[in-house]
Order: sequence, then C-alpha cells, then structure tokens
Amino acid sequence: MKSDTITKYVLLFSSFIILLVSGGMIFSLLGDAVPVFEKFGWRFITSTDWNPTEGRESYGALPFIVGTLSTSILALLICLPMAFSTSLFIAEYFKKSAFSSIISSMVDLLAGVPSIVYGLWGFYTLRPFIVSLGLDPQGYGIFTSGLILAIMIIPYATSLSSEIIAMVPNELKEAAYALGATRMEVIFNVILPGARSGIIASFILAFGRALGETMAVTMLIGNANIIPTGLFSTGNSMASVIANQFGEADGLKMSALIAIGLLLFVITGVVNFVGKFIIKKLS
Amino acid sequence: MKKLLVVLLIGVVFASCQNGKQKSADSSSKNVTIAAAGATFPMPYYNMVIKNYIKEKGVLVTYGGIGSGGGIKSLKDKVVDFGATDAYLSDEKMAAMPSEIVHIPTCLGAVVIAYNLPGVEGLKLTDELLEGIFMGEITKWNDSKITANNAGLNLPDQAITFVHRSDGSGTTYIFSDYMSKISSKWADKVGKGKSLQWPVGIGAKGNPGVAGTIKSTEGSIGYIGSEYAFAQKIPVALLKNAAGNYIEPSIESISAAAQGAMPADTRVMLTNSNDANAYPISGFTWLILYKDQAYNGRSKAQALGTLEFLDWLISADAQAVAPKVNYAPLPEKAVTQAKTILRSVTYNGEALLK
Repeated sequence: MKSDTITKYVLLFSSFIILLVSGGMIFSLLGDAVPVFEKFGWRFITSTDWNPTEGRESYGALPFIVGTLSTSILALLICLPMAFSTSLFIAEYFKKSAFSSIISSMVDLLAGVPSIVYGLWGFYTLRPFIVSLGLDPQGYGIFTSGLILAIMIIPYATSLSSEIIAMVPNELKEAAYALGATRMEVIFNVILPGARSGIIASFILAFGRALGETMAVTMLIGNANIIPTGLFSTGNSMASVIANQFGEADGLKMSALIAIGLLLFVITGVVNFVGKFIIKKLS
Repeated sequence: MKKLLVVLLIGVVFASCQNGKQKSADSSSKNVTIAAAGATFPMPYYNMVIKNYIKEKGVLVTYGGIGSGGGIKSLKDKVVDFGATDAYLSDEKMAAMPSEIVHIPTCLGAVVIAYNLPGVEGLKLTDELLEGIFMGEITKWNDSKITANNAGLNLPDQAITFVHRSDGSGTTYIFSDYMSKISSKWADKVGKGKSLQWPVGIGAKGNPGVAGTIKSTEGSIGYIGSEYAFAQKIPVALLKNAAGNYIEPSIESISAAAQGAMPADTRVMLTNSNDANAYPISGFTWLILYKDQAYNGRSKAQALGTLEFLDWLISADAQAVAPKVNYAPLPEKAVTQAKTILRSVTYNGEALLK
C-alpha cells in the first residue's frame, strides 16, 4: 500500500470513531432516559419536585435546569466585560509590551488550571471573603458559583479573543489611523467588525464550559434541590446533581439522572447551534 | 502491511490468552486478592483492620468507599467479593439480588450531630429541638427554645445552617430512621431513606465533605459518622435518649444501644434504643455477600479466602481495633450469630468454614 492510501484510511478511521462515539452516546442516553419520561412525561422538565425517598419517588429537573442556566449566565455576564477588555489590552492597546506578555501568559496559565483547584480556592478563600463582605451569612449559592465560574471562563474567552483581535490585518488599522481615527474609533469601527464572529465564538465556548462545570460548582452552590429564589439563594446544577447522586442510584432514579445528562447534552447543543447561527448572520 | 497487521492481531490475542491463564493459575494457589466496596461510614475501621490483615496474613484486600448503595450495586453486578452497607437490605431488595445474600455485622457506630459555634461546647438537644432545627422551623441559634434547654451556654444571634449529604448514604439512612421515630412530622413529610427531599439546608458529598463543610461554616450543624467528627475535633451535641438522659456518643453509650434482642439474620436498626445509657443514633454496619459463593466462575480458594477474612474481621483480634477509631466492637451475642451465618455460607452446596 502507498503511504497516501494508509493516511487516507487512518484519517477515515479516526473520523469514524468520532461519529461512533457521539452516536453511541446519544443512543445510550436516550435509551436509559426513556423510563423516567414514560412515567412523568413533560412533568420531568417542568416539575420542581425532586424526591428520591423510596415509596415517594418523584423526579422533576427544573431546579437543576434553572441552577445551571442562572450560574452560567451570571458567569457569562461577569466574563463579557472582563474578558473583552483584557483581550483588547493584550492584543491591541499594549501589544508587544513586556507587561502584556506577562498578562497573556498568566491568562494561558489560568486557562489550564484544573477546576478542582478553582473549587478549593472558592471554598476556602472566595466564600469566606463573601461572608466577610456581609453579602450572605454562609456564602454558598448562585452568586458564589457564578463568580467562580466567571473566574474560570475569563481566561478561556480572553485567550481566544485576543488571538482573534491580533489577527485583524494591520493595513486596515493603519488606514483608519491615517484617516484621523482615534483609538476608540479604530476599535469599534475596524477591529470589532473584523473580529466579531471570532469573539462571539470564544464566548460561546466559554459559556459551554460554564454549563458543564461540575466540581467547582458542587463545592459552592449548596446542593439544595430547590429553585433558587435570588442571587444569594442556594440551588443545584445539572452536572452537580449527577456527580453527587449517581453512586447510589438505580432504577428510576438512575434513569432520571441520565435524563438530566441528556437535557444537558441538548442544552449545550442548542447553545452551540444558536452561536453558529449568530456567527453566520454576522459574517 | 496487511500481513503485519494480522501478525500483530494474533500476537495481541495470544498475549491476552496468556494473561487469562496466568490469572486463573494464581487464584487456584493461595495468592487470592479480595475486592470489596461500599459504605464510607465504617471505612476508617476497615482501612485499619485491612492493613493489619495484609501484614499478618499476606492476603491483599482492597476496600473502596463508594457509599452503601454503591456497595450493594457492586455486589449485585458481581464485581466485588463482598459489599458493605449501613442500611440492611429490605426483603424486596434482597429478593431483587441475583441470588440469596447474607448480612454480617462488623462493628457499631454512631451518627453524631456535629456543629460549629466557636466557644460553645456541650450543646444539649431534645427530640423537639432536633425536629425544629432539621425541619427548618428553628432558624436562629439564640431561639428561645434552644436557649431554654441550654442554660449557661452563650448562643449567638446567628442563622442555623443545616448541612446534609448531597449523595445517597447509609449515614443518612440511620439518621432519618431516628428522625422518623422521634418526630411524626418528619416521618410524614420527609420519611427515611438513603437520600431524601430535604426541607432546608445545604448538601455536601460524603462524610468527609459534610465534616469539612461544617468545620468551615460558622453556625452550621449536621450529622456525620462519629469518627469523622472526632478526628477533626468538631464538637458534637448531647442527645436526650428515650429514657430521658442526655448522652454523649462514646464507645460505651454506642455498645449500650446493642443490648436488646436481635433477629437471627442480624437485620435490625438500633436507633432510639430504650436502654438508659444508650446513645440514640447508633447502628450496626454490615458486610453483605452471596450465600452460595460459586458464581461467576469464582474459584473455591477465592471463596475460602473471602470467608476467612470475614471470620477474622469478627474475631477478638480485629474487634479490638474498633475503639481506636471510635467504633464499638460487636457484642458477644452478635459475634456468635455472625459466626453461625458465616458457617452457613457454601460453595456449590458444601460448607466452607468449619
């Protein structure tokens, strides 16, 4: 066989594996989630009742859906201005300065820190800090989890957006400066339109990471299976309830947890799809 | 290229066959390794005795603390030699296992009510206070109901944070079994089980997780396996038992809870004991195994190795270790019963231990 043919087969094989794995995942999630949907129907998504006690079993995933979405959206809201300004700082305003290269390597370092480390730091440092500020007597809940998620995803979004901002052709910027544009005008009229779709893609990736984050959230959200009533209320997220309860689960409860996994899969898919749609519209 | 692939494949198949052969050769010799998994509540005790057993007998035993439910599931899936649980299996659960199983009690433990209030030691709680706090009706530490029962303690004007388990747990089962006995409101609204719909509070994973959360959260209160509170020096509350005495969890008060009658299969809950000196949230913890050990192609040596370890675990040697990690050794009666049960375990119908 020629090396060309071998390469072709290797490539085909690895692509096929991807297809097989994602297909298999959807298939087994769907199959195992059937019992709980058969029993509760749409109530599984709209009910707030999560009762695993034997003889009183009733499963509703709404508290977890709300918990996941509220912490992730809060994280995204905090992340947007922070990541955007940091990436402009690195890639445009102080490009090539020693300080910005330090910042940029710190960002890359933070992006690689495992989530359990963020969780520990959040539990032992951030949470007591929130308590000492008097925001909340215990410091567990949506706000603390959203904050830790924001800190986790800012490096992601920053690192990607700064790459994209740096890719805007210099000729364009120089032409704008030559026409007498200020730096602000260059940013908003030249850089942003050019890098918009890439920047949005980086925030969607960051949002996706926030949706699926487990360890750091479970250490800070309070793991109370209720719909959060406010910013400082406790709650629980989808990934966190799965991680906490699968060990003991069997029967209907196992099916309920798998169905939550399926919903998380669907939500992530929808977010990606919407993101792709926005990018397409903008470019 | 194709030839090379075929040769490689044959090689791999051959190698895996070799591996399989070696394994079966091993298990027919004395070199058995025993795998077990389950409850985290008795894990400090199991870890200690297993270390001693490995040193003494040279038989490797591994124990994974994955929770009582995980232990039952692992035994059901036949991936361990025995499982461990703090809640005995109900008749329905036993019927749902692939074949008959037996329970072997190994030691007694207490679920303690641990709290974090700097400068407050010796908090006394009654049934009404437990119900009020854990149902979310008493929300402040200086509530008149608590202070009336704790004259002399300086209780702060601070919110009570109840810390419970976020995962399913045998510790939760013992705790909720007790709560259901002392409070009809709890029995109605919450009930007993390994995981519950909690009226209030925040969840943390595993006994170590709850202990850590209580330790780092001022104003918190929660239930944990006693060893986890003692090891981390977290203060524990004195509870009013059925006889009306305030009792501190200790080896003696836990043992006192096991003085009553016991069914032949040892499946009994010891909470809310009538004994005057008994700590009310005490309980046995069990190991579970199949009554007939010839399943899944297990060798006779493997079965015998498992039984020998269990027989040693309830012997005086191993039981003497229990108090060192704050568990109470089994009472004489329970040891005799456990020995009888172990001797009823068979391999293809033939009794293994004499």
